[in-house]
Amino acid sequence: MTDQPSDKTYQPKLLIVDDEEGYVNILAKRLTKRNFLVKTALSGAQGIQQLRKNDFDVAILDLKMEGMDGIEVLKIFKQMAPQLEIVMLTGHGSEQAAREGIKFGAFDYLTKPCELDELVEKLLQACKRRGCGE
Amino acid sequence: MKDANSSGAREHQDQAKYYRSLTINMVLIIVVVSIMPLVLASVTIGYFFDVSYKEKVADHVVTLIKKHQQSIDGFLRQRVANIRSLARIFTFDQLNNDTFLKERLIVLQEEYGPIFVDIGLVDDKGIQVAYAGPYSLKNADYSKSEWFRQSIETDVYVSDVFFGLRGIPHFIIAVRRETEDGKKWILRATVDFESFNSLVENVRIGKTGFAFILNRKGEFQTKPRFEVSKTTGPFLEFMSGKLFRSDQIEYVEQSFESGGDTINVIAPLKGGDWLLAFQQNSSDAYKVLEYARYITLGIFWFGGLGVIIVAILLSKRMVRHIARADLEKEMMNEQVIEAGKLASLGELAAGIAHEINNPVAIMAEEAGWIEDLLTEEEFKESENLDEFKRALNQIRTQGKRCKEITHKLLSFARKTDPTVKNVQLNEMIEDVVSLSEQRAKYANVKFFSDLDENLPTVDVSPSEIQQVLLNLVNNAVDALEPKGGKITISSKVQNDFIVIDVADDGPGIPKANLSRIFDPFFTTKPVGKGTGLGLSICYGIIKKMGGEISVSSAVSIGTTFHIRVPLGIKKTENNGDQTQEMT
Repeated sequence: MTDQPSDKTYQPKLLIVDDEEGYVNILAKRLTKRNFLVKTALSGAQGIQQLRKNDFDVAILDLKMEGMDGIEVLKIFKQMAPQLEIVMLTGHGSEQAAREGIKFGAFDYLTKPCELDELVEKLLQACKRRGCGE
Repeated sequence: MKDANSSGAREHQDQAKYYRSLTINMVLIIVVVSIMPLVLASVTIGYFFDVSYKEKVADHVVTLIKKHQQSIDGFLRQRVANIRSLARIFTFDQLNNDTFLKERLIVLQEEYGPIFVDIGLVDDKGIQVAYAGPYSLKNADYSKSEWFRQSIETDVYVSDVFFGLRGIPHFIIAVRRETEDGKKWILRATVDFESFNSLVENVRIGKTGFAFILNRKGEFQTKPRFEVSKTTGPFLEFMSGKLFRSDQIEYVEQSFESGGDTINVIAPLKGGDWLLAFQQNSSDAYKVLEYARYITLGIFWFGGLGVIIVAILLSKRMVRHIARADLEKEMMNEQVIEAGKLASLGELAAGIAHEINNPVAIMAEEAGWIEDLLTEEEFKESENLDEFKRALNQIRTQGKRCKEITHKLLSFARKTDPTVKNVQLNEMIEDVVSLSEQRAKYANVKFFSDLDENLPTVDVSPSEIQQVLLNLVNNAVDALEPKGGKITISSKVQNDFIVIDVADDGPGIPKANLSRIFDPFFTTKPVGKGTGLGLSICYGIIKKMGGEISVSSAVSIGTTFHIRVPLGIKKTENNGDQTQEMT
């Protein structure tokens, strides 16, 4: 398990967008413990609001949400903050949609439920590409 | 269950009844349609042939009798002329000399053969005054003879056949003349009966056709070859006095209740005093017609029998085809329903799997959170720290297991995607085994694998190849149920193909079924259990890939399906072969 991010001095700013409140909350807690500055949103609309108000390095975006779906949100996020790196979470069998997301600028995707270590690894890679803390 | 069985049996009976009735109807239609024209043609041709043949027979017999009528009448006229010329040329005194008469008789016999038996001169008192012939009849007294009484009244008289003084059948020709002083005398000659009889006796047609001569009293003037019933038909009319013109020839068919129908031709002779009759049994006269009838009937019966046999065989065959088509249709309907059910089930499974993922994710993350917290100082000294860690580890493990299950469900529920991808078939085999292992466990079936670790990847549709493998594995499990057994899946490279063998040690497939095993709708599973489409679909998929699928089986030993997938080498792994138990 990766308990700490590699760069302890810099806390990557993370936005988690998922309509599953329980999952968002626990993920936020665990990622906070791993040195991420986490904000959450329970829908695409909330996510957009968060992005409007705050600056984020990386976002976790669930593809399958009620209302606005992940791909739509991804496109808006990329318009609003082209530098934002986005890791998508998808259900098994929806990889096609996730691959489509990569075409629209997402960093990578993971299938749910995923190992936290793997997620953290992906987030840090995304941060690195973003040039977090530089 | 009992109700279901009896309802199934009733349905089966109804179906059998329907197909039996269909067969009977088809047979009847074919027979009627085929035989009716045969009957009509036979009857029509038979009727016209019958009529024309009878006409031909009648014409033939009438012509023959007419010829003989003329011949016999001519014979009589000539014999009369012979005697008349003697009577005219010579006087009573000249003829009244036995030697002279004998000379005349010899001349006549030399000229015409032994037609004339004797010749005699009879005076007006009926005394034969001169005689030449084989009998001693000189001075015989004929005054009381019928022929004398008749002939003294007419110029020429031809008697009927009678026995007379000599006691044998004969007839005479008598010519009456008068001397200068007005005394009547008669020159008479006896005509040989046999000679005359031969004229008629020679008229023979077939086995039973014969002729005879009858006088008005119903006495035979010739010897008939067979018995004749004179008291019927034309003979009775003749004897009762009916007059016939000399050119009147009648053709009469006579029927008798006792059988033995005859055809008769009658023609008058001797100015109507005699009747020349010809008689023949109808069966003999119309023998050819009878033959034709028998042949026609034979052809008709054999033809009809042939038509009936062909109709039965053809109908049975057609009904078998119809029954098969009906069964296929029924199975197709079942398949459509089954496919619909499966699709619904797939969607349902996909939905459930997806929904389960979220709570499982939360559970796993919550457990992870507890694990995170356990790293805090305050929990590090806890007595149960190891137990907490073990429990959390177990939650995480089971969470992973749930994830795998839902992923498999989602994989299975996904629609078959023909998109070609670079696939490692060993992984596909492992996936399929993993999907089937729960069912295999209940069926007491163990999986073994012998996978070539250097197996190259190939470009195929993963979902299609998965479908094929799943089908073969499920069939193998079906074959091993309920006794159990083992299924061995192997992979290897052979020439330019990847060969995958799916082998079971089940009961095997009988030889008769092997050739039909890839036919659509062919199944040996109970009704409602298998559609007979699985292997047919597998065959289609593998063929589409340019590969081959075949089967080898031995009863009581087992069955092996061989799949050959053409190579599309992308990369190889050099780990060597290994055999491992997968359950």
